[in-house]
Amino acid sequence: MSGLAKCAVKVLLTVLLGGFLGATLVRMAPGFGVDEEELDTRLSHESIQSLRRTDAADSNLAAFYFHYLGRIVRGDLGTSRTLQRPVSQLLAERFPETLKSVGLGLALGWALGLPLAIFVVMTRTWYVDLFASMLGGILLCIPAAVLALLFVLMQAPGRLVLGLIVFPKVFRYSRNLLAQSSDLPHILTARAKGLGNARVLLWHILPVTAPQLLALAGISLSIAFAAAIPVEVLCDLPGIGQLAWKAALERDLALLVNLTMIVTLITVIANSASDLVGHAFRTVEP
Amino acid sequence: MRLRLASIVVLMLVAVNGMAQSGGELRFCIHSEPKTFNPVLMSDDASETVRYLTGGVLMRLNRLTQNLQPELATSWKVSDGGKTISFQLRDGLRFSDGTAFSAEDVAFTVQQLMDPNLHSPTGDEFRSGDGKVETRVLSQNRIVVTFPAPVAGLDKLFDQVAIMSAKSPQKEMAVLGPFYVAENKAGSYLILKRNPNYWKHDSSGRQLPYLDSVRLDIQQNRDLEMLRLVRGDIDFINSVDAEYFDKISTEKASVAHDAGVSLDSEFMWFNQVPTSSLPAYKKAWFTSTNFRRAISESINREDMARIAFRGHAQPGVGPISPGNKFWFNSKLQAHPFDQKSALARMAQDGFRLQNGVLRDRDGHAVEFSLITNSGNKYRERMATMIQQDLSGIGIKLNVVTLDFPSLIERMTRTFDYEACLLGLVNNDLDPSSQMNVWLSSAENHQWNPSQKTPATAWEAEIDQLMHAQASTLDQKKRKQCVDKVQEIVWQQEPFIYLVNKDALSAVSPALQNVQPVVLRPQVYWNIDQLQLTSAVAKNRQ
Amino acid sequence: MKWARAAAVIFLVVLALVCLLADFLAPTSYAHQFREVPDAAPSRHHLLGTDALGRDRFTRVLYGSRVSLLLAPAAALLASLLAALIGAGAGLAGGWVERCIMAATDLFLSLPWLFLLITVRALLPLNVSPMASVTITFALLGCLGWAAAARVICADTRALCRSDFVLLARASGCDGFRLLWRHIVPNLKPIVYAQFWISIPVFILTEANLGILGLGVAEPLPSWGGLLRELESFSGLSGQPWIFVPLVLLILVVSSFHLLMENEELTA
Repeated sequence: MSGLAKCAVKVLLTVLLGGFLGATLVRMAPGFGVDEEELDTRLSHESIQSLRRTDAADSNLAAFYFHYLGRIVRGDLGTSRTLQRPVSQLLAERFPETLKSVGLGLALGWALGLPLAIFVVMTRTWYVDLFASMLGGILLCIPAAVLALLFVLMQAPGRLVLGLIVFPKVFRYSRNLLAQSSDLPHILTARAKGLGNARVLLWHILPVTAPQLLALAGISLSIAFAAAIPVEVLCDLPGIGQLAWKAALERDLALLVNLTMIVTLITVIANSASDLVGHAFRTVEP
Repeated sequence: MRLRLASIVVLMLVAVNGMAQSGGELRFCIHSEPKTFNPVLMSDDASETVRYLTGGVLMRLNRLTQNLQPELATSWKVSDGGKTISFQLRDGLRFSDGTAFSAEDVAFTVQQLMDPNLHSPTGDEFRSGDGKVETRVLSQNRIVVTFPAPVAGLDKLFDQVAIMSAKSPQKEMAVLGPFYVAENKAGSYLILKRNPNYWKHDSSGRQLPYLDSVRLDIQQNRDLEMLRLVRGDIDFINSVDAEYFDKISTEKASVAHDAGVSLDSEFMWFNQVPTSSLPAYKKAWFTSTNFRRAISESINREDMARIAFRGHAQPGVGPISPGNKFWFNSKLQAHPFDQKSALARMAQDGFRLQNGVLRDRDGHAVEFSLITNSGNKYRERMATMIQQDLSGIGIKLNVVTLDFPSLIERMTRTFDYEACLLGLVNNDLDPSSQMNVWLSSAENHQWNPSQKTPATAWEAEIDQLMHAQASTLDQKKRKQCVDKVQEIVWQQEPFIYLVNKDALSAVSPALQNVQPVVLRPQVYWNIDQLQLTSAVAKNRQ
Repeated sequence: MKWARAAAVIFLVVLALVCLLADFLAPTSYAHQFREVPDAAPSRHHLLGTDALGRDRFTRVLYGSRVSLLLAPAAALLASLLAALIGAGAGLAGGWVERCIMAATDLFLSLPWLFLLITVRALLPLNVSPMASVTITFALLGCLGWAAAARVICADTRALCRSDFVLLARASGCDGFRLLWRHIVPNLKPIVYAQFWISIPVFILTEANLGILGLGVAEPLPSWGGLLRELESFSGLSGQPWIFVPLVLLILVVSSFHLLMENEELTA
């Protein structure tokens, strides 16, 4: 089998496994198969029994997963129990919203994080380092809810909060990685030989650190998706994150399995891509 | 010539001014996405909000006077001891899409409502006995509905029944109310536009509603909602948290309204299910009336109302709130805060206070857990206050907040809990709406649900009284039964009532004709008569 | 520069001492509700005012630092070590073992662990002691928080494997676990430190949010995360600057850790 085909098979297997494990976690957790509607004091005995029967319909996990896979082949992703609509429709409506947020968040996080890390490593002064780290530290310590509230108070778009959540992590990792590389012997030699800062950075430090930075890029996607959930819930943005939170609180199996598989797919593809590109960098190392 | 020109200009100005008095878009927030637009299947708040704004009903319960007023039905008559109701309907009305309205539509709606396979929550309130519901269409605008058994408060229940069209191609989207759903951006907002075929006119003959449209934004975050109100983005908040109420009233006193004590209650109860996994000694504690009364007397309800709810609540008395003036048993008062009396009661059951720890007659230290749902900071605060109160009589209380599904599972399936703190949102004045809480055989009889035979004599007595009040139309007799039920609950404390919250709302000064009340919907119950000031209305055209 | 580091050490030591001596330093119990003065401003009796239920905020900050300062770094350490071992092991092994482990890491990153936490809460008895519950919470967070860093560490290890000193070590017969532990892991310090530094505030804040599931700290035990949640409402943000003290303390602690772990070679 060609490399690409092998890769595709690996991705597919991981995604399917992710879906099944996710479904198992949801099914085993307490609160599965109960509905807040049962507490409605208007309902008669028959109505409550009928409600309990529908909720228990997904109890057998293996059967559920088997039917689910069968439907996926035909393009039907199932129906959300809590929102009473086809999952594919919900995903199609909400995905662009999240893509916008995550894209913006990642762009902002990297645009702030990487240049700042480079600046810190290039200037090599302790007060610049301390100041940048304090900035990152402050953003890590402020709860996302407070950041979101501040943004709304200042009438700024709530999506930017995602960027501020991603930034300190990107900054910290890349600063440490670049600092580690800039102390390698051949860099010191290059400096001693009188090469300018920019040249040293572009031709010697970055290529060496590229595989790790790419791995960081891959996981920053996961971090952004994970951070999208609280940000969307707090700022009332109708994206996938908000959907995931609602589905989790109501134990909506159909939605959760689909969301887990999508997130697994994106994570695996992003990380595999960063691995491949990192591999290419390694083979052209000076 | 000049005079004619001047008079024309004056007339035009008057006309323009008159036009600018109405119109505009009302904006407020709902807290979740409506699950359905079918009025018969609705059970969540957001859908019911849309139903109130778009649905036409036969009679409407005026939230201010608490009397029924005619809407689509010009008159009605309840007969046969509460089994039959006949309506005389208005002539010549049309649905929002133009389809004609007749008694056929009422018959269709009632059949859908009572369809046993649809399990309509609204319909379940009419289900007093087994058998089919008969509808007889006598003419274009006369219809008789007969139920298999008497239904308590039959006429008032029709306030919740929005009439659907039997023939319209738009099915449930064709409505008879002041607005219809024009745009639905799922997850984001809904726009309702004024129904051009709405039958109601005001006293000067102008067609209602005054507003042009209503925009419902889906916003779950209460902080953001409050911010938007202060900024003028939205026009009111139907139900404000006690914490924000004070903040809003300091900003602009005219905006915040406290309509008095509402029908909602917060209470806690002990797990009395005999088959639960609790150890025998704990089951003995929880099933003892003395124990429950003592706990009730150890809780400082005044402090709770003052601190947790910032004074916007009253100590709870029983299942019926003092806000329900007719049905509340005014002879009863909240249990006083008296820890000495509580200890004396405990002593009657053999509990003794030793070294600051309360122990039962076998020496077990009294320690139990109280579960409540997370995310509700008022309940978390009440639970923490109860924790301190009970430590005053040597009881160690562990507060556990759980997510709602886990809580419901423990409450209704596994019965793996000791005490629970929750609240009841009550929209109905009539005590028959709480039948499924007080009947010992019902699922919502929280402390010991679905009993095959009543576990105690007092539960059997409550069963009898609730059945008695549901099967007669005599208000005096019903009141006697319900008063006795309240007395029994007060004595036995299966639910320890903590507080009754006030009905708080916040309304922007740009909105006129607003009279906030206690019954839901507190602010927009008279939606067809609400108006925006001309400045704001013009802005929003 | 050295004085900044010294200041950081002194700050952390003082804080640790204050935590241990909280029983003596605290003016009152952290659970007692002074119900006549809820939401009070700072005064002689209440140095940082009182919270919504009338509990003394200063005392709660003192006791809260015990829970958060003790358990969050421990959990962060656990997560960092796991990330180092798994990432470095994968990087060293190479080939299909590495691909398998990295695929498992991707899977780990994507699963909804929320449900595992809910299940753990269900398995614990309702009357479990607050300290036990919070310790279990942080242990779980430590066990679940390693995945992101593991990938970066794996990439770093692969780069290290080609460096001279590792080739030398291999040539002289050092292999397997010994190679990993003695030669590779020490050189992974920068990334492991980054992971550790990031994890501390993240875990403190996550613990506060886990209150939604019944895990985390149970009332009335305070924690910094719980105190920070007071900031989350609109009414909290205006006109009461003393509420921000836990946030300022947390930022100072995080900055002190940074100064402690800073790479000395960064100084010119």
